[in-house]
Amino acid sequence: MNAITPDIVKSHGLSQDEYKLVLEIMGREPNITELGIFSVMWSEHCSYKSSKKWLKTLPTTAPWVICGPGENAGVIDIGDGLAAIFKMESHNHPSFIEPYQGAATGVGGILRDVFTMGARPIANMNALRFGDPKHPKTRHLVSGVVAGIGGYGNCVGVPTVGGETNFHPSYNGNILVNAMTVGLAKADRIFYSAAAGIGNPVVYVGSKTGRDGIHGATMASAEFSADNEEKRPTVQVGDPFTEKLLIEACLELMATDCIVAIQDMGAAGLTSSSFEMASKGGLGIDMNLDEVPMREEGMTAYEIMLSESQERMLMVLKPGSEGQAKAIFDKWELDFAIVGTLTDTGRMVLRRHGEIVADLPIDPLAAASPEYDRPWVPSTKRPVIDLHDVPSHNPLVALKTLLHSPDLASRRWIWERYDHMVMNDTVVRPGGDSAVVRIHGTNRGLAITTDCTPRYVYADPHEGGRQAVAEAYRNLSAVGAKPLAVTDNLNFGNPEKPEIMGQIVEAIQGIGEACRALDFPIVSGNVSLYNETEGKAILPTPALGAVGLIDNLDSLATIPFKRDGDAIIVIGETKGWLGSSLYLRELCGREDGAPPPVALHREKREGEFVRAMIKDGAVTAVHDVSDGGLLVAIAEMAMASETGCTLEPPHNLAAHGWWFGEDQGRYVLTAAQDRLPEILEAAQRGEITARVIGSVGGDDLILTGVGAISIHELKQLNEAWLPDFMSSPDSNA
Amino acid sequence: MQAAVITFPGSNCDRDAAVVLEAVTGHAPAMIWHRDTELPKLDLVVVPGGFTYGDYLRCGAMAAHSPIMREVVELAKKGVAVFGICNGFQILAETGLLPGTLMRNADRNFVCRDVHLRVESSDSIYTRKYNAGFVARIPVAHGEGNYFADPETLERIEGEGQVAFRYVDTYGAETKAANPNGSQRNIAGIFDKSRRILGMMPHPERLSDEKLGGTDGRAMFESLLEALS
Repeated sequence: MNAITPDIVKSHGLSQDEYKLVLEIMGREPNITELGIFSVMWSEHCSYKSSKKWLKTLPTTAPWVICGPGENAGVIDIGDGLAAIFKMESHNHPSFIEPYQGAATGVGGILRDVFTMGARPIANMNALRFGDPKHPKTRHLVSGVVAGIGGYGNCVGVPTVGGETNFHPSYNGNILVNAMTVGLAKADRIFYSAAAGIGNPVVYVGSKTGRDGIHGATMASAEFSADNEEKRPTVQVGDPFTEKLLIEACLELMATDCIVAIQDMGAAGLTSSSFEMASKGGLGIDMNLDEVPMREEGMTAYEIMLSESQERMLMVLKPGSEGQAKAIFDKWELDFAIVGTLTDTGRMVLRRHGEIVADLPIDPLAAASPEYDRPWVPSTKRPVIDLHDVPSHNPLVALKTLLHSPDLASRRWIWERYDHMVMNDTVVRPGGDSAVVRIHGTNRGLAITTDCTPRYVYADPHEGGRQAVAEAYRNLSAVGAKPLAVTDNLNFGNPEKPEIMGQIVEAIQGIGEACRALDFPIVSGNVSLYNETEGKAILPTPALGAVGLIDNLDSLATIPFKRDGDAIIVIGETKGWLGSSLYLRELCGREDGAPPPVALHREKREGEFVRAMIKDGAVTAVHDVSDGGLLVAIAEMAMASETGCTLEPPHNLAAHGWWFGEDQGRYVLTAAQDRLPEILEAAQRGEITARVIGSVGGDDLILTGVGAISIHELKQLNEAWLPDFMSSPDSNA
Repeated sequence: MQAAVITFPGSNCDRDAAVVLEAVTGHAPAMIWHRDTELPKLDLVVVPGGFTYGDYLRCGAMAAHSPIMREVVELAKKGVAVFGICNGFQILAETGLLPGTLMRNADRNFVCRDVHLRVESSDSIYTRKYNAGFVARIPVAHGEGNYFADPETLERIEGEGQVAFRYVDTYGAETKAANPNGSQRNIAGIFDKSRRILGMMPHPERLSDEKLGGTDGRAMFESLLEALS
């Protein structure tokens, strides 16, 4: 057996101190298989060693939380004996190297996290960040990622109902692909991963194991350099057809009484699944690797344990139920192999060709992985920009520029690549504030949104963290859903740099503060660090996915204007905040200034008010005000309905601040004129700012005293940017 | 009406079709697993959408050679109605029950959106509750729906009135912009000669419920119920 040299240790991403700890735990030098196992288990991706200290500060409980972070996904009670199970997870590094397979397997992985727990997946979402549209690789990456997400989701038959996409040069070398799945299960039939029952069989099901994806988790825990193309073999290859069979087979098995524990093989494959199951149950496993179904000849123990082949699960069955379980997997033509037995030793013993090839203590590896308190520095506060120091452009001209800009242009080209209707429960399709899927066979629905404004987080991580939560809360409220819980997908640069660690700490603090104030716990999540290339970090991007409940789908709000003559009402205060706004970036070429502050106590009050108005049927359309400000929000409502409106000029505020300020905590409502008095009275009672600013009707967006523009023209501008970009011949590398 | 929905490995619109059939007929259809060879007495077989056997070969090619499809072909010969939706249409074309083939969409992209279909004839068990010329809003969701047949076949099916639906704009005009996949002559669905077999790329089961934004597809299932009961 080869000796472990410092070079081998280094190539496994372990520091000298970490290797010392390995020697201490082992009481001897590890062999290469054992070293490989330590390396993936202690990778940033699997161990959360840099972020754990701060993640622990997040609020994770509420009366409706059935299971918070630590399992495969978060579980919340949604009434009527049902639970929603969801999580968002990144697949950033693989998607940059091989966009189609990277994104596809990202979707596959998050689906497995959800159905592992007993849920039928009912909706997929995604949060994507790409580089500068002018960068030669961007179009190729958008094309590959979108095709990969669609290729996987469409085939497994789970609708991809929404998401968000941003473009910014900071992602030129590190795109972000964050995929979210929401599933539905019976609240008393949730499956967990803790192994139990000494002597119980450990069973492998799904696809065969190949040499793909070895060391994926380690790759995802290091910075990129110019040679990252060479890492292509570490990207896994997805097979959505097998995943579809695996979903059906697992759900069929879960309807029986055979399963003790189950865990999908995600990052670090068989290693992390077996260690996590054993560690949570306080047991050991004796595993015979010869029994693992293999796709290739001559695989070593090292390769089998570190492979990240997709569409595989590990489970512990009740003794005597192997036959019944195997029959189900035979029906679905999937591999089923008893690969091990639970023991009381607390050790992982691996055998290959009749010999013990690894013998490791489980707890020090899984539960006692290193945890760092990395040094960090607070981020520098930016000055607040005075509205009067920002040039005022004609609002209609500015509106046209904004609606045709990369971050505000219609995403139709993306969502039409995704089957967003399969399963026949998509009530609100992509393009709204939240997607809404019906709870099958009922008149209730789940609202789902993904949110983060990276330019705010970069400008002020604490405020930006708060804003991401508040916007998710607003997007759910805007459709009439009671916000229930959040999954967080924290994407940052290299945590070993104190300024990046500062972004992580402050963003988590901001998120925690907002979640506590809004009764909006974090129930699952994922951390992706080292999103840097050649020392340049991405904008800090703590992407959030959030789920809310609509009790009665008959009272649901959507974006489009509904009736001519309806009043247009703005909820919330507008002071004309242009710092870090899209107006400032797209019209003035500046990305500076403090981001808009979030008043959490007001957010809650306003959200409750808007939901009450929707429930009472007092309003006809609702849209939250976010990127681009008030005029962009109103134009989006007009374009969605192909109906115009007439808007009054602002009082006591410069036009560019009123129309394009990104002040937080605002919504646009429309209502029939005869419902106005009750709405305004209710607002006054709730100490909420509400102001009537115009009415719906005609074919043009008319700004009184300024001019008019046809909705048709606005829509053409808004719809054209992305298809034009995707078909432009010169942007392909 | 006794209806059945076939489930292949990789079918994913089997439940959707069953839910709508149950809503329209008042009873659940039989769900037939691809390895079943004994079929109950049936008036209608639905071959639903999805990615049968992964569709890693040509779409529908593997399913067309499955044992259950041999049974379906036998039933079709006896006059049992066979309705292929999306992947089901691709399978029926591959078995030869319907003429022509479905190629990659002209722009090479998967497309999911509402399109408008003109009902070419109300003289069939599928369309009797529509007026001929009616423009129905129905979604598509496919990557390979580009209908192609050689010129003689096209002339023949046109002559025999086998074109069931065409992609049109909201006014009923056959335009290039209204055609989501490049299909010849904007063909969205075709009958066999007897008009007992229908294959179509759009999904009528997806807009048969007011909650989902429209019910233009529902009349197709109501037509079948009326004709086959």
